[in-house]
Amino acid sequence: MAKKIVTALVGATLLGLGAQGASAATLADVKAKGFLQCGVNTGLTGFASPDSAGNWTGFDVDFCKAVAAAVFGDATKVKYTPLSAKERFPAVQSGEVDVLSRNTTWTINRDTALGLNFRPVTYYDGQGFMVRKSLNVKSALELSGAAVCVQTGTTTELNLADYFKTNNLQYNPVVFEKLEEVNSAYDAGRCDVYTTDQSGLYSLRLTLAAPDDHEVLPEIISKEPLGPAVRQGDDQWFDIISWVHYALVNAEDFGITQANVEEMKKSANPDIQRFLGVEADSKIGTDLGLTNDWAVNIIKAVGNYGEVFDRNIGAGSPLKIERGLNALWNKGGLQYAPPVR
Amino acid sequence: MAMDALNPPRKSGRTGSFFNDPKVRGVMYQAIALFLIALCLYWIISNTVENLHRSNIASGYGFLNGRAGFDVGQSLIAFTSDSKYGRAFIVGLTNTILVAVTGIITATIIGFIVGIGRLSNNWLIAKLSLAYVEFFRNIPPLLVIFFWYYAILSLLPLPRESINLPLDTYLNNQGLLFPKPLAGDGFGLTLIACLVAFALVIGLVLWSKKRQAATGRSLPVLAISIAILIALPALTLILSGMPLTFEVPVAGRFGIRGGSTIGSEFISLFLALSFYTAAFIAEIVRSGIRGVSKGQTEAAHALGIRPRQTTRLVVVPQAMRIIIPPLTSQYLNLMKNSSLAVAVGYADLVAIGGTILNQTGQAIEVVSIWIIVYLSLSLITAAIMNWFNARVSLVER
Ligand SMILES: N[C@@H](CCC(=O)N[C@@H](CS)C(=O)NCC(=O)O)C(=O)O
Repeated sequence: MAKKIVTALVGATLLGLGAQGASAATLADVKAKGFLQCGVNTGLTGFASPDSAGNWTGFDVDFCKAVAAAVFGDATKVKYTPLSAKERFPAVQSGEVDVLSRNTTWTINRDTALGLNFRPVTYYDGQGFMVRKSLNVKSALELSGAAVCVQTGTTTELNLADYFKTNNLQYNPVVFEKLEEVNSAYDAGRCDVYTTDQSGLYSLRLTLAAPDDHEVLPEIISKEPLGPAVRQGDDQWFDIISWVHYALVNAEDFGITQANVEEMKKSANPDIQRFLGVEADSKIGTDLGLTNDWAVNIIKAVGNYGEVFDRNIGAGSPLKIERGLNALWNKGGLQYAPPVR
Repeated sequence: MAMDALNPPRKSGRTGSFFNDPKVRGVMYQAIALFLIALCLYWIISNTVENLHRSNIASGYGFLNGRAGFDVGQSLIAFTSDSKYGRAFIVGLTNTILVAVTGIITATIIGFIVGIGRLSNNWLIAKLSLAYVEFFRNIPPLLVIFFWYYAILSLLPLPRESINLPLDTYLNNQGLLFPKPLAGDGFGLTLIACLVAFALVIGLVLWSKKRQAATGRSLPVLAISIAILIALPALTLILSGMPLTFEVPVAGRFGIRGGSTIGSEFISLFLALSFYTAAFIAEIVRSGIRGVSKGQTEAAHALGIRPRQTTRLVVVPQAMRIIIPPLTSQYLNLMKNSSLAVAVGYADLVAIGGTILNQTGQAIEVVSIWIIVYLSLSLITAAIMNWFNARVSLVER
């Protein structure tokens, strides 16, 4: 008995101590442990999915690699933690992951009450619906009476409730925690409709038994600005995460690619020189707590924003998602990065 | 402790020192232990509060009054996205209780049948029962749940090709749909008739027991009770002019809709919990019956009591004393296993609490609610079973 009590006490003590472990100096912690712990989704082709050898690839994964490249000059120094929608926020809050790069929508509630920080938007998305073609549904407004599959812990289930309420439509939500469960339930016909971020729908459709039997409806019912999230209370780390994305976008803006980055270092353009840290007495990286060639390292590792997009989810991938809102600001999209100066 | 056993306590009066009194020492040790535990708890709680504060996470139970914002597929009470988080918890709680209570009833019935089957002289029945027990006892409950869920999803047809059962009832892989009764004016009379019928049946049972004890004659109580329970409400319903209508499920764009629905999630969870727990109950029943000495049966036979009555009046009451304590822990297991509901999307307390946890970020608060609710449910179940156990246990005269 006494032994049991002692064990329980020790366990509880460790728990209490553990909570204190998450410190404010994330950059120093990451450097000390030698790798970046990155929270990604459990397997959404194009965004983050492991191959048979356990190597992760995807749009969100490349962001993790870009951060590792900026911090270590080595994009392989990342460990991935697959997280369901429900698990992701506690994982950031408790310090289990250093950054969450997992198609997560920036909302005021998450930015405040949940103790997270969001800034750059890596992908502008919106919620959509997917149905079987055989149902002959052409608009979301025809969905009254449908059973709708949705993943719990998402903005998706909230938007869904609002949309059906506003339009006076009936529906029966079927809610799962794990992505595979939602997928298999929809594929088996438990639900008539699958709803999530439209990017997710394109990716999920390809994993269904017969992708061509399903279609994504035209309506977009919400704004889903997806981006990385970190814990509150560490401004330096928040800046690094933000500027990694801005570096990717600026690189595309300047026309710097994975292939030409070395050459670009010799560019006469002072903006580019400053960005790539080759300006005399540059402090462009050290002010962030990194080295001056941090942007070069990012671009060498994953390319610029456009390259990351094309390779994983755009024209060069099976998903073939259009740039749309995610084109650069001067090409009709919303991707805009503050100047490096 | 070992030392205490070797040196039996000396009488306190003879020893000079107050601290050598084993009683005083015992109290002191306990006081110190209590103090240390309290200190530890205080430290953990204050540490947690400070950490939450430091990481800017809101805390407290105020969130229960916030608007839920999400919908729940299956609910016994009215719930919309405008309801409060607190009400969502109650929806989860009622769903947990629903599946636990129905599961416990079915598991008990199946368990008794299989348990008695294992003792059958019929080779096939005994072996089938054994196979049943060995199968369900040796796979984890989560797999049993998945098994039923995917069996339902893949074997039953899509809603547009629903199986049409009698009485406007339909079965498809989204669930079982049946006519929804809508009470009209004057339906209250029928409800009163139901209560009266119940009271009559209880009276009848008590009276027939007394009569049997006094005269030895018995009545077919079960048949009479069923007749009363059906006839009285039915007659009232007809005489009051049938104030009951039904909303019948009809075909719509997405297949059969309307009426009342029992979703596949509930059905599969209910079946899985029942079948899984029944395997354990069967073993308990078998050992309980085995535990009644053979002499009891032989004595009953010698007295000329018929075999069926021997089982009912001699063996079962004695077996119950052995069965009930372990049965209680199976009921508790079933209730706790119902929290696996989340895997098949049944909106139980854990599933809904998880959604709330995620939407509000109030992890500690939600977890504490889970713990308190499951603890209370378990204690209530245990209390009921203990009461029942006290009733059937041997009364020494
Ligand atoms: N953007 C929404 C939804 C994000 C989300 O979780 N989407 C699902 C469906 S596409 C997903 O990625 N799940 C992957 C997983 O659970 O591993 C949010 O932040 O709440």
